[in-house]
Amino acid sequence: MIAADVLRVILYEGEGSRALEDDRRYELMRGLLEKGYAVTSTRSGGQVSGVGDGRGTWVVLGQFDQQGFGGAQGAAGDLKLEVRDIDGMETPAVLAAVEAAHSAGGATKPAKWKPWFPVIDYNRCTNCMQCMSFCLFDVYGVSTEGKIKVQNQNNCKTDCPACSRVCPEVAILFPKYRFGPINGDEVSMDDVRREAMKVDISALLGGDIYAALRDRSEKAKSRFSKERDEDRALKERNRCLEKLQKGMEIPMEVLASLPSPEQIQAKAIEAKARAEAALKLAAARSGSSPEAPSPA
Amino acid sequence: MSEPVQRILYCHCAYAQVVPKDVKEEVLRRLAASGVAFDAVADLCELSAKGDPSLARLAGEGNVKIAACYPRAVKWLFSAAGVTLPEQGVEILNMRTEPAEQVVYAILGQGFAMAAAAPKEAL
Ligand code: SF4
Ligand code: SF4
Repeated sequence: MIAADVLRVILYEGEGSRALEDDRRYELMRGLLEKGYAVTSTRSGGQVSGVGDGRGTWVVLGQFDQQGFGGAQGAAGDLKLEVRDIDGMETPAVLAAVEAAHSAGGATKPAKWKPWFPVIDYNRCTNCMQCMSFCLFDVYGVSTEGKIKVQNQNNCKTDCPACSRVCPEVAILFPKYRFGPINGDEVSMDDVRREAMKVDISALLGGDIYAALRDRSEKAKSRFSKERDEDRALKERNRCLEKLQKGMEIPMEVLASLPSPEQIQAKAIEAKARAEAALKLAAARSGSSPEAPSPA
Repeated sequence: MSEPVQRILYCHCAYAQVVPKDVKEEVLRRLAASGVAFDAVADLCELSAKGDPSLARLAGEGNVKIAACYPRAVKWLFSAAGVTLPEQGVEILNMRTEPAEQVVYAILGQGFAMAAAAPKEAL
């Protein structure tokens, strides 16, 4: 998991402060959210989340009645509070003040990483481990109970939904994907028909993905040695990758960063072994015999 | 015993264009004008990827209305961060598919929703 960096701003409009204009409150909140902060608007009606195990630097913004209140600081455990009086300040100045307070507190700016990673719907997942066998970037792992889990979210290649296409149970979501059911939309009976959802890799490549990449590379190599035609080897691999790109909507950048065929083969063997071990562990825990995994 | 107070959580989906901009901004504008306290996060997906402990606080003990995207996605995003959303008392409103007016109405109820609507804006 990626390290958490707590970025929270409290818009305080309670006792000892004057309420903000509606438009100003909205502008401030929107500006802060766009910059990656969590914002809590405290009003007399309703309830907000408490401090809980709060940590990091939280900035409290308000139009305070009492002079000198802004600028106050406090700390409780791992939580540091900074109070800023925003009376008369324009939105850009408030945003700059919040950023300054956070950097002074040691927090890093929110990353520009688009949060793109698979999320497992455990109501659907059957723990078949095909996703782990398929992913070449070690995004998937196994819990101590032998259950599939997403463990390296930031290894996932932005905009690549390929593993959701190999999951036979439609159990992998990418919430920021354009289309359902991969984006979390309800799964229809049509989706459940495996042929409808699962990209048939055999049809696509005439074998499994790793074998296809390997074979084509072998063919390309033999041609290369006979004909000494460097371009041809490259063309073979590119043709194969193009099929993958079209059939599974894998972005070209991802394909371009694929490991070499030898590395792919090694990774596939390793992933298959991990998946089999996890299935055995899960079966031992539940007291049943494991179904033979059928990695994609 | 008094009824637990309903909480509101708004997700701005800041790092992608999947929630229509006009819908999320209108929902935020109306919530901000409603006079009701609420929590807003830049991007629930990011918090989930980070396993941010604030997700547990935001989910609380239920009694929360969440304006974000598909309920199935939101449920499993919380779960991925180790937080189980309670079965009861959690309502997830989908800003990807529902108009802003409907989302605001479901969150605030008619009285508040009307009060929060700017007279010049017709949705
Ligand atoms: S491929 Fe789908 S069903 Fe199989 S373990 Fe992965 S998420 Fe679960
Ligand atoms: S939870 Fe939904 S609305 Fe929120 S950031 Fe993720 S995709 Fe966007």
